[in-house]
Amino acid sequence: MSDAVTSKVQPPGRFGRLRRTLGSIRLPLHDPLAVIGLGIYLFFILMAVFAPYIATHDPNEILFTSEFALAADLTPGTEGYILGTTTLGRDIFSQIVWGARSALLIGLTAAFMVALIGSIVGIVAGYFGGWVDTVLMRLADVAFGIPFLPFVIVLAAFLEPSIWNVVIAMALVLWRDTGRVIRSQTLTLRNRVYVEAARVSGSSDLKIILRHIAPNVLPLSFLYGSIAIGWAILTEASISFLGFGDPDSISWGYMLQDAFASQALSKGSYYWFVPPGFLIILIVSAGFFISRGYEQILFPKLDR
Amino acid sequence: MKAITVIGARLLQTAFVLLAVITILFFMFRLMPGSPLAAYIDPNFTPEQQAALMARFGLDQPLWRQYLIYLGNLMQGDLGESFFYRQPVAERVLALLPNTLILTFTSLIVAYAFGVLAGAYLAWKRGSVVEQIGVPLVLTTRAMPEFWLGMLLLAVFSFGMGWFPAGGTRPPGAEYDTLWALYTSADFWWHMTLPVLTLAIYSQGLPLLLMRSNMMDVMREDFVTMARIKGLSTFSVVIRHAARNALLPVMTSFAIAVGYQIQGNVVVETVFSWPGLGRELVRAVSTADYPLAQGAFLMIAVVVILMNLVADLLYAALDPRVTRE
Repeated sequence: MSDAVTSKVQPPGRFGRLRRTLGSIRLPLHDPLAVIGLGIYLFFILMAVFAPYIATHDPNEILFTSEFALAADLTPGTEGYILGTTTLGRDIFSQIVWGARSALLIGLTAAFMVALIGSIVGIVAGYFGGWVDTVLMRLADVAFGIPFLPFVIVLAAFLEPSIWNVVIAMALVLWRDTGRVIRSQTLTLRNRVYVEAARVSGSSDLKIILRHIAPNVLPLSFLYGSIAIGWAILTEASISFLGFGDPDSISWGYMLQDAFASQALSKGSYYWFVPPGFLIILIVSAGFFISRGYEQILFPKLDR
Repeated sequence: MKAITVIGARLLQTAFVLLAVITILFFMFRLMPGSPLAAYIDPNFTPEQQAALMARFGLDQPLWRQYLIYLGNLMQGDLGESFFYRQPVAERVLALLPNTLILTFTSLIVAYAFGVLAGAYLAWKRGSVVEQIGVPLVLTTRAMPEFWLGMLLLAVFSFGMGWFPAGGTRPPGAEYDTLWALYTSADFWWHMTLPVLTLAIYSQGLPLLLMRSNMMDVMREDFVTMARIKGLSTFSVVIRHAARNALLPVMTSFAIAVGYQIQGNVVVETVFSWPGLGRELVRAVSTADYPLAQGAFLMIAVVVILMNLVADLLYAALDPRVTRE
C-alpha cells in the first residue's frame, strides 16, 4: 500500500500519532539551568554554522608575520591574531571556531545512534520478553564488561583514522545504559490497561509499539541522548588527544594534543590550551543541564 | 531465591561475560589490517623465534583452532611475547598493574571522602545559595576532559610553580631495592599527587551527587523526623541518623567507580607519564605491539568485570530485597 493511500484512509490517526510523538518531546523550559544549557547549544550551533564567516583565518594555514617569519607562538592580540598562534603558526581562534563543527557533528550523531539503538533494544527486549529479552540483556552484560575508552583506542587504531570511529564505538558499546533503562520502562508499560485493550482489539505488535510504547519511552531516550552528546564529545577529545583522531579535521581534542606535544605547558601558553578545554566543558555541561531539565519532566517527584 | 543461588548466578554471569570479552578481543585483533600473523609475530624476530611462536599459538592452523589454543594459553597465563620489550606480555602487564591500581584507589578514596561529606552538606543546605551554586559546579567538573585538567595542573603547579614533578613515579636515577620500598617512598607519593588530584576532582561528582540525593530521600523518612522530634541536635540527626543510612548505596558505587576509573586512567596516565596499564596500552597500540596491547586491554577488562561483580554482590548483600525476591 502506498503512503498516499494510507494517509487518505486514516488521516486523523496519522496526525494524531505524529502529534502525540512530537508532543512528548518537550523542551525543558521551566528549569533555569536547562534554559542556560539550551542557550549554550544555540551559541555553538550558530558558531558551527557560520564558522567560515567567524573564523579570521584558514585553521590549517601556516601563517607568517609581516616580517615574513613563521608566525609561531604569538601571544593573543599580536598582529591581529585574537587568541595567538600555535607553534606551527596556525591561528588558534580559527581552530576553536572550526572545532565547534566536529564537536557538534560527533556529539549529535553519536548521541542519536546511542539513543536509537538503546531504545530499539530496550523496547524489543521489554515488549517481547522471553528468549529475545534474555539474549539482548546478556549482550548488554557483555557491553558493560568492555572497557570503553580502550575499546575506542583499539578500534580507532585498526580502522582508518576518522571522526566516525568514535561514533561507531559508541554505537557498539554505549547503548547498554539506555537499553536497560528503556527495557524496564517498557516492562511497566506493557501491562498497562490501554496496551492490553489495544492487544485485545487486535492491534499488531508493531502498531502497539509505535503507537503506545514508543511515545511514552521517547522522553527517556532524549534524556539519555542528551547525556550521550557529552560523552561523545569527551571521548572524541580523549581519542584525538592520544593521537588516534582524524588528522584532517580540526577538533578541540586535536588542538589539545598539538599543544601538549608542542610543549605549550612548559612554555606557559595558557591562551592555547585553556580555551579548547573550556569550550568542551561548556558544551558538555550544557548537555548535563538539559538532561536535568528532562529528569524533572520525567520524574517530577524529585522536585519536592 | 537464596543468597547462595544469587551468588552462583552472578558468578556464572561473570564467567560468561569474561569469556565473551576475551572472544571479542581475539577476533578484534584478528580483523585488523595486514597479516593475521602480525598479532603475534614481529617481522624483526629471527626465523627460529617466528617458528616457535607459530607453533605456540598455532598460527598455521584454522581460525577456530587458533581460538582454542589462545584460550588454552590464556588459562596458563600465556599472553604472548611483547615485540618491544622482548619479554612475556603477562610479566610486563602484571608489573604495571600495581601502579594503575594504587593510582586508581588512592584517587577514588580521596574523591569519596570529599564527595560523601560535600554531598551530605549540600543536601543539608537544600534550597540555599550554596546548593544553587554547588550543584551546577559539580556538574561542570563532570564535564571536564580529565586530561585537560591534568594539563592545567601540570602547567600551573609543575612548570609554573615548580612544586611537583612533571611525570613518572620517581626522580631520575632513583633506584629502590624492592617495589614495596618504592611504593612507600615519599618520592612516589609526591609524584602521584597531581595525577591523584586530577582523577579525584573528576570522580568526586558521582559520590557527591549520589550522597546528596540519598540524603534528601532519607531525610524525609519517619525515623529522621522522629529523631528531630526527640530534640536531637541537627548535627546528630544529619550525621548519626541520616548520613549512615544514605551511605550504603554510595559505598556500592565505589566498585563501579573503580571499573570506570581504570578505563579513564588511559588519558591521565599518558599526561603524567605514569607507568600504568593505560599508558602502556596507548603506547603498545601506537607502536603496533599487538600482543602487549591485547594483554593490557584484557587486564583492564578483567578489572572492570570483577568490579561489576563486586558491585552486584555488595548490592545484593546490602539490600535484602534483591535476595529475597
